[in-house]
Amino acid sequence: MKLIPIVCAATLLAVALPASAALRVVATTGEYGSLATEIGGNRVSVTTIAKPTEDPHFVDARPSQIVALNRADVLIEGGAELEIGWLPPLLDGARNAKILAGAPGRIVASEGIQLLDIPLAADRSQGDTHVAGNPHFMLDPLNSKVVAQHIARVLGQLDPGGGPTYNANLARFSAELDGKMKEWTAQLAPFRGRQIVTYHPTWRYFGRRFGLRADTFLEPKPGIPPSPPHLAKVIQKMQDEKIRVLLVEPYQPRKTAEAVASRNDAVVVDVCQFPGGLPGTSTYLQLIDVVVQRVAQALAKT
Amino acid sequence: MSTDSRVVRARSWMMGACMALCLLVPATARAQETPDTSVAGLRQEIEELKQTISALERRLADLEPTQGQAPAPPATAEVTPPPEAPPAEPAPTEGPPPLTIASAAGGKNFLNLSLDGLVAAGTSTAGDVGALEVGGHDPAQRGFTVQNVETVFEGAVDPYFRGQANLVVQITPEGETQVELEEVYVTTTSLSHGLQAKAGQFFTEFGRLNPSHPHTWDFVDQPLVNGRFFGPDGLRSTGLRLSWLLPSEFYSEAFLTVQNSQGETVTSFRGTPGETLFGRETGERPVASFSELLVVPRYSASFDLSDTQTILLGASAALGPNGTGSSARTRIYGLDGFWKWKAINAFQGFPFVKVQAEVMRRGATVGATEDLPAASFSDWGGYLQVNWGYRARKVVGLRIDRVGGDSGEPRDPALGARWRLSPAFTWFPTEYSKLRLQYNFDRGDTLQQDEHSLWLQLEFLLGAHAAHKF
Repeated sequence: MKLIPIVCAATLLAVALPASAALRVVATTGEYGSLATEIGGNRVSVTTIAKPTEDPHFVDARPSQIVALNRADVLIEGGAELEIGWLPPLLDGARNAKILAGAPGRIVASEGIQLLDIPLAADRSQGDTHVAGNPHFMLDPLNSKVVAQHIARVLGQLDPGGGPTYNANLARFSAELDGKMKEWTAQLAPFRGRQIVTYHPTWRYFGRRFGLRADTFLEPKPGIPPSPPHLAKVIQKMQDEKIRVLLVEPYQPRKTAEAVASRNDAVVVDVCQFPGGLPGTSTYLQLIDVVVQRVAQALAKT
Repeated sequence: MSTDSRVVRARSWMMGACMALCLLVPATARAQETPDTSVAGLRQEIEELKQTISALERRLADLEPTQGQAPAPPATAEVTPPPEAPPAEPAPTEGPPPLTIASAAGGKNFLNLSLDGLVAAGTSTAGDVGALEVGGHDPAQRGFTVQNVETVFEGAVDPYFRGQANLVVQITPEGETQVELEEVYVTTTSLSHGLQAKAGQFFTEFGRLNPSHPHTWDFVDQPLVNGRFFGPDGLRSTGLRLSWLLPSEFYSEAFLTVQNSQGETVTSFRGTPGETLFGRETGERPVASFSELLVVPRYSASFDLSDTQTILLGASAALGPNGTGSSARTRIYGLDGFWKWKAINAFQGFPFVKVQAEVMRRGATVGATEDLPAASFSDWGGYLQVNWGYRARKVVGLRIDRVGGDSGEPRDPALGARWRLSPAFTWFPTEYSKLRLQYNFDRGDTLQQDEHSLWLQLEFLLGAHAAHKF
């Protein structure tokens, strides 16, 4: 027990130096981190909790994240229950009034977004449904514009000196996104109405935006592992309706997807929801760029 | 919602104004009319009226989006609906938000409610399963045991506190239903300088396993050392805890807990009069000073060794009086460690490997009795467990448990050395349910023979989504 004072003293010596950035931002997942960097530029330092390649529904509440949240000026979360299994204990540990629910520094990205797949009943016999709706809304690039505006407004409120920078960055981001949006729409336009199969209902917003139907899933219900009878039905449907493209994310079981694809001459396309999860996707726009390219190529081939 | 209602209110105000105008304007017009007013005049009035209405409509239309921007999120009008109707969407699944009472969602209600059921079935070669299994929530008999049915009430009390209550219901081997108020406490949400206070009845923050609830454990039963030092229900009592998140780069937190030191959940201390500690009977010992309370300092630190590995270390002490004499005291010291590796592309949290170990030493001074002098005793215990989530939803685990005998003379026969080996297999159909099969091999001075036990455990969770600490 005599060790405790020594450890405490050593800890105090290692006290964090104040960061040069005006605002410390913590994002639950990578796409919000990327947007915060776009808007905040070098006026913010950004930490992202979930790794881009891991299942965002099941992230460990590592104590280092408690420290990051304790020091944060801003927290950006999706808010549609994606983080419900790990964010609450981190926030309890963080004891930071700046990012409590309703505080100016708390950005709930889903505010102002029309969510899909709101279940009619809170019934877990229907799988791990999110009562608030499908939380993967950032895969509709236009939703990212809403979130970017939201971030710019909050950063400007908390750091008025940076307001012009944030607004300029927002304008630049929105303009870039508008330009990209035209490209992406054109790239996917030839495939309007085509169907794609995904493992989990992750790509509903993406499909809706670009005119693709993404409503066939390898999971029989959200969060429930594929059963052989369900997979047989999916295989049959792919044959009947000539569905030839199957999307899989870095953490999802690729072998299952491959097995289904091999029965239909379909192709498995590696995609990801989060920047950094695929090579060459360090930003949100790069991520959507790569995903659109990959999906378009696969649809063109099949 | 409030935006909508404001728009609705604005709209009905406008409608009212329009109707009033419709009634008013012709009346005024009529009053001004001369008998020879032609149809043309009337037409002109109707035209004017139309213009007035359309001007009002324009104003109303202008008003709506402005009000839409009023809440925190930025304007959504330009982006929310897709530019074209989505192609061949299936029947829309969107509907009204579901009706939920303290609902399944969690986190967004005044009161988040959940119920966790933990039941076991199995058999053992031991004649007295209750003596073999040291935990109050362990399987208690051959056949079936309702280990723990826990109702959790949780929510924000106000801007300053969060509150939680855990009510546990059990069915004893005799078939009696028992209710215990396991925990009920508030924690502060926003003290400055990294401080947090907790007040009420709660599990003492000593080591890693003690403050956790049985359904979060990796094995069917609790380690031998926890049962021996902290009693069947773990160390918990009523009091206060202050913790300080130190301003270091890494996670580093100091805790200080002060709680009552008597009762059946504080067994190594004042405990319950009539029980024994190191072979000496305990008696009444009222609180005369601060030193008669239980004081538990703890320090914990954590490091991310890599993107996939994290380690959490802790040191705790529990210091307080015991009931064997007026100046008798107990001191328990413990070290705990937890290391976890989780794959960089983990699916539903798998695969992972986690290693957890705790070791504790208990020392006590005991008072003199009629036949025996005052003395000091000590004993120790610990466990090491490894769990490997080798693929999605499946975990194999192994735990080695050991408690050493006491150093006393005469020795307390109840405190003989014991050890246990427990391999286990757990399957999680979803994160809301689990099935676990565990075998225990028990050997020790307090047992007449080697004992073999096999337990099957089922857990299910209803209500608010569980969120677990690291």
